[in-house]
Amino acid sequence: MSIEPTVMSAGGAAAAVGGFLEFEKPLVRIQHDIEEMEREQRETGRDHAADIRQQRTRFKTTLKRLYSSLTPWETVLVARHPKRPLSTDYLRMVFRDFCELHGDRAFADDKAIISGFARIGGHKVMFIGHNKGKEVKERIACNFGCAHPEGYRKALQKMKLAEKYGLPVVCLIDTQGAYPGIGSEERGIAYAIATNLMEMARLRTPIVCVVIGEGGSGGALGIGVGDRVAIFQHAFYSVISPEGCAAILWKTAEQRKHAAEALRLTARELAKLDMIDEIIPEPVGGAHRDPEKVAAGLEKYVVAALNDLKRLTLGTLIRRRQERIRRLGSFFASPSEAKARAATDVSTTRRSTSRTSRLRTRFSQREKVTT
Amino acid sequence: MAQDKVDVPAGLWSRCESCGHMLYEKEVAEALFVCPECGHHRRIDARTRIEQLVDPGSLEEFGADLRSTDPLKFKDRMPYKERLKREQGKTGELDAVVVGRAFIRGRAVILGVMNPSFIMASMGAVVGEKVTRAIERATEENLPLVMVTASGGARMQEGMVSLMQMAKTAAALARLDEAGGLYIVVATDPTTAGVAASFASLGDVILAEPKAMIGFAGPRVIANTINAELPEGFQRSEFMQEHGFVDRIVPRGELRQEIARIIDYCGK
Ligand SMILES: [Zn+2]
Repeated sequence: MSIEPTVMSAGGAAAAVGGFLEFEKPLVRIQHDIEEMEREQRETGRDHAADIRQQRTRFKTTLKRLYSSLTPWETVLVARHPKRPLSTDYLRMVFRDFCELHGDRAFADDKAIISGFARIGGHKVMFIGHNKGKEVKERIACNFGCAHPEGYRKALQKMKLAEKYGLPVVCLIDTQGAYPGIGSEERGIAYAIATNLMEMARLRTPIVCVVIGEGGSGGALGIGVGDRVAIFQHAFYSVISPEGCAAILWKTAEQRKHAAEALRLTARELAKLDMIDEIIPEPVGGAHRDPEKVAAGLEKYVVAALNDLKRLTLGTLIRRRQERIRRLGSFFASPSEAKARAATDVSTTRRSTSRTSRLRTRFSQREKVTT
Repeated sequence: MAQDKVDVPAGLWSRCESCGHMLYEKEVAEALFVCPECGHHRRIDARTRIEQLVDPGSLEEFGADLRSTDPLKFKDRMPYKERLKREQGKTGELDAVVVGRAFIRGRAVILGVMNPSFIMASMGAVVGEKVTRAIERATEENLPLVMVTASGGARMQEGMVSLMQMAKTAAALARLDEAGGLYIVVATDPTTAGVAASFASLGDVILAEPKAMIGFAGPRVIANTINAELPEGFQRSEFMQEHGFVDRIVPRGELRQEIARIIDYCGK
């Protein structure tokens, strides 16, 4: 599950020409036509308004068609789009009065993870998010969002602060993975992530996590354990990058499209596997085509989740979180246990089953209300 | 990552993969598969490890028939189902960890042993579930937990199901910790990636066999990222002890007494 060597390339930027991804080629043509007509209209005064309108409609329908059936690999490209909004964008659009806190109290300020007090809706929260950076200089300074141990330690340090004062924690996840380097290993990247997993499982304050772009393996999970975990419609979450997986299992990175499919890393697949609670819809064409709109969806989801979670006693909150984690990824069979279950009193089983399904129905209804 | 198996006539002589000495297999087995010439600790499968570590015949295994259901219906050059069958045939095990109740020098423990012979002991749903059950059993029965780790990381063929096992095992360890349970990790070659970044790093006491590879990212990945050679001994037990992430390096032959000693110090 380690990161592929290409990790430091600007995350798919090369795949986007003129802001269009490789599978968006049909749009390039239409966009070009529109621009041509607009230019001619300006220069010659000829009226192309009707044609332009028609082409715009065509653009929209084509966009809709392309995005209604994204392949897993295309989803990966959208999630890595160089113009995709980052945590810092949502910090600006959704959160208010951000008071950044930098210190991990151990080694350094890792700019790949930012943290601090913030307000969202009526809630005071601790904001934690990966930061991939915007311009080249910032991207390099924050290692393209690949955090070192100090980033995970900073996150935990701030979560503990939040716990102390009863502030919920909101984590925005967007990383290719933890940074693979000498310093990272020397300062205990494995220990730092492991510690976060353990402490987030028992942190005595609500935790809401949202995968907004790339959910890269352990580096994502290191700030990704919570009471609720949601994912953006075109984000992905994977144990390994499709390139890395292809290189190992197919022995060639060329097979990344197959790997992306096999890994079941899209929001819809993850929902089927019961890995996530909610898919936050994106505008047609992806978050970068209407950042304000997807920001509104994010705000609505986080605020509703916090309203819900804050109603629970801390005991119930922690118990439910741990039960949720305990159930994750339970895909195994045991013939002896199946036999033992079959032998137990059928009526007991039936009663408990119907009770569970009743609870589940109630719970999922409440989940729906929050969207 | 796997070192190439040395090609020798079955079971008689082998060449040490570290110093190159020709060794009489029977002698190596008596030395717990540690090279008598150079001290190289050879990777051993779970059953061999258990035999070396616990009081004879004391293991009561649980969760022994758990098997993967191939949740992703994964297929690369070979369907995962087929790969599993092949590994099961090769090793005689259903998956990559053995857990149970056992005695070590008369002390009752819950033991988990990972099996590097089974898809490099990668962690999928079965490994995650059995490790979690071992942690829970240790919590319920108030017994020390000893986990012998070895793993290439998460099992890619189970995708996110594998990644979530990291969260699951770590959460179970939070409960063990709160109950005051003792958790001893014995890190063996190789303890890496998703297993290193979850239960293998969370021991109250972390022991390691000499020169075991312990780390998060693969050395080749790191070398490619930083575009430079890696320092000598990078990500080995001695390096990890030097940097504060391993408590004691213990040769294989001393593991039993060291584990027993730590259990006695912690009063369980
Ligand atoms: Zn040797």
